[in-house]
Amino acid sequence: MITVCPTSSLPPGEAIRVPAEEPIAVFNVDGEFFAIDDTCTHQDASLADGWLEGATIECPLHASCFDLRTGKPSGPPAKVAVRTHRVVVADGMVHVQVSAAAEGAA
Amino acid sequence: MTSTIAVVGASLAGLSAARALREQGHDGRIVVIGDEVHAPYDRPPLSKEFLAGTTTVDDIALGSPEDDALDLEWRLGTRAVGLERLSRSVQLADGSEVRADGVVLATGARARRLPGSDGLSGVHVLRTLDDAVALRADLAVAERLVVIGAGFIGAEVASTARQLGLDVTVVETQPVPLAGPLGGELGAVCAELHADHGTRLLTGTGVAGLIGTERVEAVQLTDGTRLPADVVVVGIGALPNVEWLAHSGVALGNGVLTDEGCATNVPGVVAVGDCAAAWSVPAGRNVRIEHWTHALEQPATAAATLLGGAPPVACPVPYFWSDQYGARIQFAGSRREGDVPRVVEGDVAERSFLAVYERDGAPVAVLGMNQPRLFTRWRRQLRPAVPAS
Repeated sequence: MITVCPTSSLPPGEAIRVPAEEPIAVFNVDGEFFAIDDTCTHQDASLADGWLEGATIECPLHASCFDLRTGKPSGPPAKVAVRTHRVVVADGMVHVQVSAAAEGAA
Repeated sequence: MTSTIAVVGASLAGLSAARALREQGHDGRIVVIGDEVHAPYDRPPLSKEFLAGTTTVDDIALGSPEDDALDLEWRLGTRAVGLERLSRSVQLADGSEVRADGVVLATGARARRLPGSDGLSGVHVLRTLDDAVALRADLAVAERLVVIGAGFIGAEVASTARQLGLDVTVVETQPVPLAGPLGGELGAVCAELHADHGTRLLTGTGVAGLIGTERVEAVQLTDGTRLPADVVVVGIGALPNVEWLAHSGVALGNGVLTDEGCATNVPGVVAVGDCAAAWSVPAGRNVRIEHWTHALEQPATAAATLLGGAPPVACPVPYFWSDQYGARIQFAGSRREGDVPRVVEGDVAERSFLAVYERDGAPVAVLGMNQPRLFTRWRRQLRPAVPAS
């Protein structure tokens, strides 16, 4: 389990990049937290830098869209899902349980 | 009643139209007609990773497993040659026709060629997968490349060829490359990337002709310079593929003329993507846009028009990007002559900056180089206010 930040430093509509062997992006969608692999599966770009619209993140470079709930691409050019990770909020802190699955795990 | 919709064009705009029609509830037939034999593929990598050989045909396919559920009838490798407006039937080059209740025109654009270059080997344009395969094969055995035109395609090809180790010269008629889309000041900044990476850039000089009998040997410039070349790439813009509609009664200008909702003057016929010039309220005229994001997003509007549904609410901000020499160039908004660019972050000399174009003190467009996070924030702010319902 990785401790990310206090919930207060990740307000709705914002994202944070968590450095790790495979960096992780954590998003606050209207108070609900989601975590996915930070690197776009299309080309090297940080999804935490992208455009968050509802539960969809648009890659900041080439406009690929991913569903934060499933990790699945919902718009081209990306075709491969990003991993999703479980987020646990406890005592005002955001934690991420990193998935072991290779790709596309829900 | 089961109705048929014919989508003419099987690239990003055509595929996006088919997806949008299903998403908006069309449960009849959808026939997708494409002149290329290939299933829909992504064109931006053709001048970059695909040309460099680091991505494959499979990598750039646009289709996904979910598309199987769309139940599309594909007519690939078949060019549309005419449209009969009363019966709304699309005539194909093989003599057959597709009768439809609705038609989506998405035939795209083609690369403009240099007059007098026909039949000379070693001279390329870059628009299709086949173009890219042929160019890649030629670059693999070449030493000297001359690129005619310093627009985005030309700059990206030059960048890729430098990466492959070629000697590259880019020739541009205009005094400043990219002045049209970016304005002179920042067009010049982006053009400096060429020199940074060892590409010669010659501006303000035209091409008098190509030298060579069977194979190109050199490019002759109007100032008398002769540039030896093993390969020449012509990147001087694109023309909309609308000639096939000449006798259809569909109104044509610089592209298929449509209203804001993508409707042509012919009932039941809409047009999208690079071949279409939609009415723009802010511009006060029909505007043909060749951006990738436009071809992706606009078909949702056309589908709503065709199906009689409510059009999508938000009107997206125009957005395009170009990746060259490792630099990420991104532009959003609507710039016109007289808008004043101001660097608000970073430094142009560092090749990492964000510039905002202002009109009467208000931001109207934004250009970023290697600033994706900040760029995306500005792009969001440019989004037009959602009209009050």
